Amino acid sequence: MIEVKNITKSRMFKTILKDCTCTIDRGKVIGIIGENGSGKTTFLQVLAGVFRQDKGTINLPTDRSESIAYSPDQEYFYNYFTIEQLMDYYQSQFGDFDRKKAEQLIDFFELKRNEKINYLSKGQVGRVKIAATIARNAPLLLLDEPLAGLDPLVKDKIIKGLLQFVNMETQTLLITTHELLEIETILDEVIVMKAGCMIAQENVDVIREEQSVQKWFQKVYQKK
Amino acid sequence: MPPQFDREKPIYLQVVDMLIQEIARGIRKEGEKLPSVRDLAFQLEVNPNTIQRVYRELEHKEITITKRGQGTFVTNDTEKVIALREQLKQQYIEKFIIDMHALGFSKEEIVQTLKGGEDDD
Repeated sequence: MIEVKNITKSRMFKTILKDCTCTIDRGKVIGIIGENGSGKTTFLQVLAGVFRQDKGTINLPTDRSESIAYSPDQEYFYNYFTIEQLMDYYQSQFGDFDRKKAEQLIDFFELKRNEKINYLSKGQVGRVKIAATIARNAPLLLLDEPLAGLDPLVKDKIIKGLLQFVNMETQTLLITTHELLEIETILDEVIVMKAGCMIAQENVDVIREEQSVQKWFQKVYQKK
Repeated sequence: MPPQFDREKPIYLQVVDMLIQEIARGIRKEGEKLPSVRDLAFQLEVNPNTIQRVYRELEHKEITITKRGQGTFVTNDTEKVIALREQLKQQYIEKFIIDMHALGFSKEEIVQTLKGGEDDD
Protein backbone atom coordinates (compact mmCIF):
# COMPACT_ATOMS: atom_id res chain seq x y z
CA MET A 1 0.00 0.00 0.00
CA ILE A 2 1.25 3.45 -0.88
CA GLU A 3 0.11 6.40 1.16
CA VAL A 4 0.16 9.82 -0.40
CA LYS A 5 -0.22 12.53 2.20
CA ASN A 6 -0.83 16.25 1.77
CA ILE A 7 1.12 16.67 -1.45
CA THR A 8 1.47 20.26 -2.61
CA LYS A 9 3.32 21.32 -5.73
CA SER A 10 3.79 24.73 -7.31
CA ARG A 11 5.42 25.61 -10.58
CA MET A 12 6.14 29.15 -11.72
CA PHE A 13 4.14 30.71 -8.86
CA LYS A 14 1.15 28.59 -9.70
CA THR A 15 -0.08 25.93 -7.29
CA ILE A 16 -0.84 22.84 -9.33
CA LEU A 17 -1.40 20.29 -6.57
CA LYS A 18 -3.08 21.33 -3.35
CA ASP A 19 -2.89 19.11 -0.31
CA CYS A 20 -3.52 15.87 -2.21
CA THR A 21 -4.09 12.79 -0.07
CA CYS A 22 -4.96 9.27 -1.23
CA THR A 23 -4.19 5.62 -0.58
CA ILE A 24 -3.11 3.28 -3.34
CA ASP A 25 -3.80 -0.32 -2.35
CA ARG A 26 -1.76 -3.10 -3.85
CA GLY A 27 -3.36 -5.04 -6.68
CA LYS A 28 -5.92 -2.36 -7.51
CA VAL A 29 -6.64 -0.69 -10.80
CA ILE A 30 -7.28 2.96 -10.06
CA GLY A 31 -8.45 5.59 -12.51
CA ILE A 32 -7.69 9.26 -11.94
CA ILE A 33 -10.34 11.40 -13.57
CA GLY A 34 -10.90 15.13 -13.80
CA GLU A 35 -11.04 17.92 -16.35
CA ASN A 36 -8.00 19.24 -18.24
CA GLY A 37 -5.67 21.16 -15.98
CA SER A 38 -6.93 19.56 -12.78
CA GLY A 39 -3.47 18.23 -11.92
CA LYS A 40 -3.69 14.56 -12.99
CA THR A 41 -0.49 14.57 -15.02
CA THR A 42 1.46 16.56 -12.43
CA PHE A 43 0.35 14.12 -9.75
CA LEU A 44 1.75 11.19 -11.74
CA GLN A 45 4.94 13.16 -12.38
CA VAL A 46 5.41 13.77 -8.67
CA LEU A 47 4.75 10.09 -7.95
CA ALA A 48 7.21 9.06 -10.66
CA GLY A 49 9.82 11.49 -9.36
CA VAL A 50 9.91 13.80 -12.37
CA PHE A 51 9.27 16.65 -9.93
CA ARG A 52 9.73 16.80 -6.22
CA GLN A 53 6.74 17.85 -4.13
CA ASP A 54 7.02 21.09 -2.13
CA LYS A 55 5.18 19.60 0.80
CA GLY A 56 3.79 16.23 1.81
CA THR A 57 4.98 12.63 1.84
CA ILE A 58 4.77 9.53 -0.33
CA ASN A 59 5.84 6.31 1.33
CA LEU A 60 7.23 4.15 -1.44
CA PRO A 61 8.45 0.70 -0.34
CA THR A 62 11.70 0.89 -2.32
CA ASP A 63 13.60 3.28 -4.53
CA ARG A 64 11.52 4.78 -7.36
CA SER A 65 13.59 3.15 -10.10
CA GLU A 66 12.64 -0.26 -8.73
CA SER A 67 9.07 0.40 -7.73
CA ILE A 68 7.55 2.48 -10.52
CA ALA A 69 7.14 2.03 -14.26
CA TYR A 70 5.89 5.27 -15.74
CA SER A 71 4.46 6.05 -19.14
CA PRO A 72 4.10 9.83 -19.71
CA ASP A 73 1.40 11.16 -22.01
CA GLN A 74 3.99 12.69 -24.33
CA GLU A 75 6.28 10.75 -26.60
CA TYR A 76 9.58 10.14 -24.96
CA PHE A 77 11.48 7.60 -27.03
CA TYR A 78 14.58 8.25 -29.11
CA ASN A 79 12.90 8.18 -32.47
CA TYR A 80 15.89 6.74 -34.32
CA PHE A 81 15.54 3.52 -32.31
CA THR A 82 13.83 0.55 -33.82
CA ILE A 83 11.34 -1.22 -31.55
CA GLU A 84 13.92 -3.95 -31.04
CA GLN A 85 16.58 -1.42 -30.01
CA LEU A 86 14.13 0.27 -27.68
CA MET A 87 13.55 -3.04 -25.93
CA ASP A 88 17.32 -3.59 -25.68
CA TYR A 89 17.64 -0.13 -24.18
CA TYR A 90 14.89 -0.73 -21.63
CA GLN A 91 16.45 -4.04 -20.71
CA SER A 92 19.80 -2.33 -20.10
CA GLN A 93 18.20 0.32 -17.89
CA PHE A 94 15.73 -1.56 -15.77
CA GLY A 95 16.52 -4.65 -13.74
CA ASP A 96 12.84 -5.59 -13.61
CA PHE A 97 12.38 -5.49 -17.39
CA ASP A 98 10.93 -8.83 -18.47
CA ARG A 99 12.21 -9.46 -21.99
CA LYS A 100 10.01 -12.49 -22.54
CA LYS A 101 6.93 -10.50 -21.63
CA ALA A 102 8.12 -7.66 -23.89
CA GLU A 103 8.43 -10.04 -26.86
CA GLN A 104 4.95 -11.40 -26.17
CA LEU A 105 3.59 -7.86 -25.96
CA ILE A 106 5.16 -6.93 -29.29
CA ASP A 107 3.44 -9.91 -30.91
CA PHE A 108 0.18 -9.26 -29.10
CA PHE A 109 0.15 -5.65 -30.29
CA GLU A 110 1.17 -6.72 -33.80
CA LEU A 111 4.25 -4.50 -33.89
CA LYS A 112 7.26 -5.01 -36.16
CA ARG A 113 10.59 -5.28 -34.36
CA ASN A 114 12.70 -3.62 -37.06
CA GLU A 115 10.52 -0.52 -37.55
CA LYS A 116 11.85 2.82 -36.38
CA ILE A 117 9.89 4.75 -33.76
CA ASN A 118 10.06 7.78 -36.07
CA TYR A 119 7.92 6.09 -38.71
CA LEU A 120 5.26 4.64 -36.47
CA SER A 121 1.66 5.82 -36.50
CA LYS A 122 0.13 7.35 -33.39
CA GLY A 123 -1.70 4.13 -32.59
CA GLN A 124 1.52 2.13 -32.92
CA VAL A 125 3.43 4.53 -30.66
CA GLY A 126 0.59 4.22 -28.14
CA ARG A 127 1.02 0.45 -28.15
CA VAL A 128 4.83 0.64 -27.94
CA LYS A 129 4.53 2.88 -24.88
CA ILE A 130 2.24 0.42 -23.13
CA ALA A 131 4.41 -2.54 -24.12
CA ALA A 132 7.63 -0.94 -22.84
CA THR A 133 5.98 0.12 -19.60
CA ILE A 134 4.09 -3.01 -18.63
CA ALA A 135 6.92 -5.32 -19.65
CA ARG A 136 8.51 -4.18 -16.40
CA ASN A 137 7.61 -6.17 -13.32
CA ALA A 138 7.47 -3.02 -11.21
CA PRO A 139 4.92 -3.05 -8.37
CA LEU A 140 3.38 0.26 -9.47
CA LEU A 141 2.52 1.08 -13.07
CA LEU A 142 1.62 4.66 -13.96
CA LEU A 143 -0.07 5.29 -17.29
CA ASP A 144 -0.83 8.85 -18.29
CA GLU A 145 -3.72 8.99 -20.77
CA PRO A 146 -2.96 5.63 -22.41
CA LEU A 147 -6.03 5.83 -24.67
CA ALA A 148 -6.03 9.51 -25.65
CA GLY A 149 -6.51 10.12 -29.35
CA LEU A 150 -6.55 6.46 -30.36
CA ASP A 151 -9.18 4.72 -32.46
CA PRO A 152 -11.65 2.31 -30.82
CA LEU A 153 -9.91 -0.83 -32.06
CA VAL A 154 -6.53 0.24 -30.69
CA LYS A 155 -8.17 1.25 -27.40
CA ASP A 156 -9.75 -2.17 -27.13
CA LYS A 157 -6.44 -3.85 -27.88
CA ILE A 158 -4.64 -1.81 -25.21
CA ILE A 159 -7.26 -2.64 -22.59
CA LYS A 160 -6.96 -6.31 -23.50
CA GLY A 161 -3.18 -6.03 -23.27
CA LEU A 162 -3.44 -4.57 -19.78
CA LEU A 163 -5.71 -7.41 -18.68
CA GLN A 164 -3.51 -10.07 -20.16
CA PHE A 165 -0.06 -8.85 -19.17
CA VAL A 166 -0.42 -6.92 -15.92
CA ASN A 167 -0.21 -9.24 -12.94
CA MET A 168 -3.08 -7.90 -10.89
CA GLU A 169 -2.08 -9.83 -7.79
CA THR A 170 1.28 -8.16 -7.43
CA GLN A 171 1.03 -5.02 -9.53
CA THR A 172 -0.97 -1.87 -9.04
CA LEU A 173 -2.16 0.16 -11.98
CA LEU A 174 -2.79 3.90 -11.87
CA ILE A 175 -4.35 5.37 -15.00
CA THR A 176 -5.28 8.96 -15.74
CA THR A 177 -8.03 9.19 -18.30
CA HIS A 178 -10.77 11.12 -20.00
CA GLU A 179 -12.13 7.95 -21.54
CA LEU A 180 -14.15 6.75 -18.58
CA LEU A 181 -16.53 4.87 -20.84
CA GLU A 182 -13.84 2.63 -22.30
CA ILE A 183 -11.86 1.98 -19.18
CA GLU A 184 -14.55 1.83 -16.52
CA THR A 185 -14.98 -1.94 -16.60
CA ILE A 186 -11.39 -2.60 -15.59
CA LEU A 187 -11.28 -0.10 -12.71
CA ASP A 188 -11.53 -0.96 -9.02
CA GLU A 189 -11.52 2.62 -7.83
CA VAL A 190 -11.65 6.16 -9.11
CA ILE A 191 -9.96 9.25 -7.75
CA VAL A 192 -11.49 12.57 -8.78
CA MET A 193 -9.31 15.64 -9.18
CA LYS A 194 -10.50 19.21 -9.51
CA ALA A 195 -8.38 22.36 -9.57
CA GLY A 196 -5.40 20.62 -8.03
CA CYS A 197 -7.35 18.92 -5.23
CA MET A 198 -8.34 15.29 -4.80
CA ILE A 199 -12.00 15.66 -4.05
CA ALA A 200 -13.08 12.01 -3.95
CA GLN A 201 -11.83 8.43 -3.96
CA GLU A 202 -14.39 5.66 -4.26
CA ASN A 203 -14.87 2.01 -5.23
CA VAL A 204 -16.51 1.69 -8.65
CA ASP A 205 -18.93 -1.08 -7.63
CA VAL A 206 -20.05 0.96 -4.62
CA ILE A 207 -20.83 3.87 -6.98
CA ARG A 208 -22.68 1.58 -9.37
CA GLU A 209 -24.98 0.36 -6.60
CA GLU A 210 -26.54 3.81 -6.82
CA GLN A 211 -25.79 5.33 -10.20
CA SER A 212 -23.41 5.34 -13.15
CA VAL A 213 -19.85 6.48 -12.51
CA GLN A 214 -20.35 9.29 -15.02
CA LYS A 215 -23.35 10.69 -13.14
CA TRP A 216 -21.56 10.33 -9.82
CA PHE A 217 -18.54 12.12 -11.25
CA GLN A 218 -20.69 15.04 -12.40
CA LYS A 219 -22.38 15.29 -9.01
CA VAL A 220 -19.08 15.24 -7.14
CA TYR A 221 -17.77 17.92 -9.48
CA GLN A 222 -20.71 20.25 -8.99
CA LYS A 223 -20.67 19.92 -5.23
CA LYS A 224 -17.10 21.02 -4.62
CA MET B 1 -16.45 -7.97 -28.54
CA PRO B 2 -17.19 -8.09 -24.81
CA PRO B 3 -20.78 -7.74 -23.55
CA GLN B 4 -22.19 -4.29 -22.93
CA PHE B 5 -22.69 -3.79 -19.24
CA ASP B 6 -25.45 -1.77 -17.66
CA ARG B 7 -23.59 1.29 -16.42
CA GLU B 8 -25.82 1.77 -13.39
CA LYS B 9 -25.34 -1.65 -11.85
CA PRO B 10 -22.24 -3.17 -10.27
CA ILE B 11 -20.41 -5.24 -12.86
CA TYR B 12 -19.85 -8.19 -10.54
CA LEU B 13 -23.63 -8.56 -10.10
CA GLN B 14 -24.14 -8.50 -13.85
CA VAL B 15 -21.54 -11.20 -14.37
CA VAL B 16 -23.09 -13.28 -11.55
CA ASP B 17 -26.48 -13.03 -13.28
CA MET B 18 -24.94 -13.92 -16.61
CA LEU B 19 -23.27 -17.06 -15.26
CA ILE B 20 -26.36 -18.12 -13.31
CA GLN B 21 -28.39 -17.85 -16.50
CA GLU B 22 -25.85 -19.87 -18.44
CA ILE B 23 -25.89 -22.57 -15.77
CA ALA B 24 -29.70 -22.62 -15.58
CA ARG B 25 -29.94 -22.90 -19.37
CA GLY B 26 -27.43 -25.73 -19.39
CA ILE B 27 -24.85 -23.86 -21.46
CA ARG B 28 -22.53 -24.55 -18.55
CA LYS B 29 -23.19 -28.09 -17.37
CA GLU B 30 -23.17 -29.55 -13.88
CA GLY B 31 -19.66 -30.33 -12.71
CA GLU B 32 -18.13 -28.33 -15.56
CA LYS B 33 -15.02 -26.29 -14.88
CA LEU B 34 -15.47 -22.54 -15.19
CA PRO B 35 -12.76 -20.44 -16.87
CA SER B 36 -9.93 -19.19 -14.66
CA VAL B 37 -10.31 -15.73 -13.16
CA ARG B 38 -7.75 -14.35 -15.59
CA ASP B 39 -9.34 -15.92 -18.67
CA LEU B 40 -12.85 -14.79 -17.85
CA ALA B 41 -11.61 -11.29 -17.00
CA PHE B 42 -9.88 -11.18 -20.36
CA GLN B 43 -12.93 -12.46 -22.27
CA LEU B 44 -15.32 -9.99 -20.65
CA GLU B 45 -12.76 -7.18 -20.46
CA VAL B 46 -13.29 -6.59 -16.78
CA ASN B 47 -10.97 -6.36 -13.82
CA PRO B 48 -9.82 -9.75 -12.44
CA ASN B 49 -10.72 -8.56 -8.94
CA THR B 50 -14.31 -8.30 -10.18
CA ILE B 51 -14.27 -11.91 -11.38
CA GLN B 52 -12.84 -13.03 -8.07
CA ARG B 53 -15.77 -11.40 -6.38
CA VAL B 54 -18.14 -13.09 -8.86
CA TYR B 55 -16.72 -16.52 -8.00
CA ARG B 56 -16.92 -15.78 -4.26
CA GLU B 57 -20.55 -14.78 -4.70
CA LEU B 58 -21.43 -17.92 -6.70
CA GLU B 59 -19.73 -20.12 -4.14
CA HIS B 60 -21.59 -18.40 -1.37
CA LYS B 61 -24.84 -19.19 -3.19
CA GLU B 62 -23.58 -22.79 -3.46
CA ILE B 63 -23.90 -22.74 -7.22
CA THR B 64 -20.21 -23.44 -7.70
CA ILE B 65 -17.50 -25.15 -5.70
CA THR B 66 -13.86 -24.20 -5.65
CA LYS B 67 -11.37 -27.03 -5.55
CA ARG B 68 -8.05 -25.99 -4.19
CA GLY B 69 -5.48 -25.78 -6.94
CA GLN B 70 -7.93 -26.92 -9.61
CA GLY B 71 -10.31 -24.05 -10.12
CA THR B 72 -14.00 -23.32 -9.87
CA PHE B 73 -16.63 -25.88 -10.94
CA VAL B 74 -20.39 -25.76 -11.43
CA THR B 75 -22.13 -27.71 -8.65
CA ASN B 76 -22.85 -31.42 -9.26
CA ASP B 77 -26.11 -31.08 -7.42
CA THR B 78 -28.80 -31.44 -10.12
CA GLU B 79 -31.56 -30.45 -7.70
CA LYS B 80 -29.79 -27.20 -7.03
CA VAL B 81 -29.66 -26.36 -10.73
CA ILE B 82 -33.33 -27.26 -11.14
CA ALA B 83 -34.18 -25.07 -8.15
CA LEU B 84 -32.14 -22.29 -9.69
CA ARG B 85 -34.08 -22.51 -12.95
CA GLU B 86 -37.35 -22.48 -11.07
CA GLN B 87 -36.23 -19.48 -9.07
CA LEU B 88 -35.24 -17.58 -12.20
CA LYS B 89 -38.57 -18.44 -13.82
CA GLN B 90 -40.48 -17.04 -10.85
CA GLN B 91 -38.32 -13.94 -10.85
CA TYR B 92 -38.86 -13.19 -14.54
CA ILE B 93 -42.56 -13.91 -14.40
CA GLU B 94 -43.02 -11.63 -11.42
CA LYS B 95 -41.21 -8.86 -13.21
CA PHE B 96 -43.27 -9.47 -16.35
CA ILE B 97 -46.52 -9.32 -14.44
CA ILE B 98 -45.53 -6.14 -12.63
CA ASP B 99 -44.66 -4.52 -15.97
CA MET B 100 -47.92 -5.65 -17.57
CA HIS B 101 -49.94 -4.39 -14.62
CA ALA B 102 -48.12 -1.09 -14.91
CA LEU B 103 -49.32 -0.95 -18.52
CA GLY B 104 -52.84 -1.53 -17.27
CA PHE B 105 -53.43 -5.11 -18.42
CA SER B 106 -55.48 -7.44 -16.24
CA LYS B 107 -54.41 -10.96 -15.39
CA GLU B 108 -57.07 -12.38 -17.77
CA GLU B 109 -55.83 -10.29 -20.67
CA ILE B 110 -52.25 -11.38 -20.02
CA VAL B 111 -53.21 -15.06 -19.89
CA GLN B 112 -55.27 -14.72 -23.06
CA THR B 113 -52.44 -13.06 -24.94
CA LEU B 114 -49.96 -15.67 -23.78
CA LYS B 115 -52.26 -18.44 -24.99
CA GLY B 116 -52.75 -16.64 -28.28
CA GLY B 117 -49.00 -16.34 -28.66
CA GLU B 118 -48.69 -20.09 -28.26
CA ASP B 119 -51.13 -20.73 -31.08
CA ASP B 120 -48.99 -18.65 -33.41
CA ASP B 121 -46.02 -20.99 -33.05
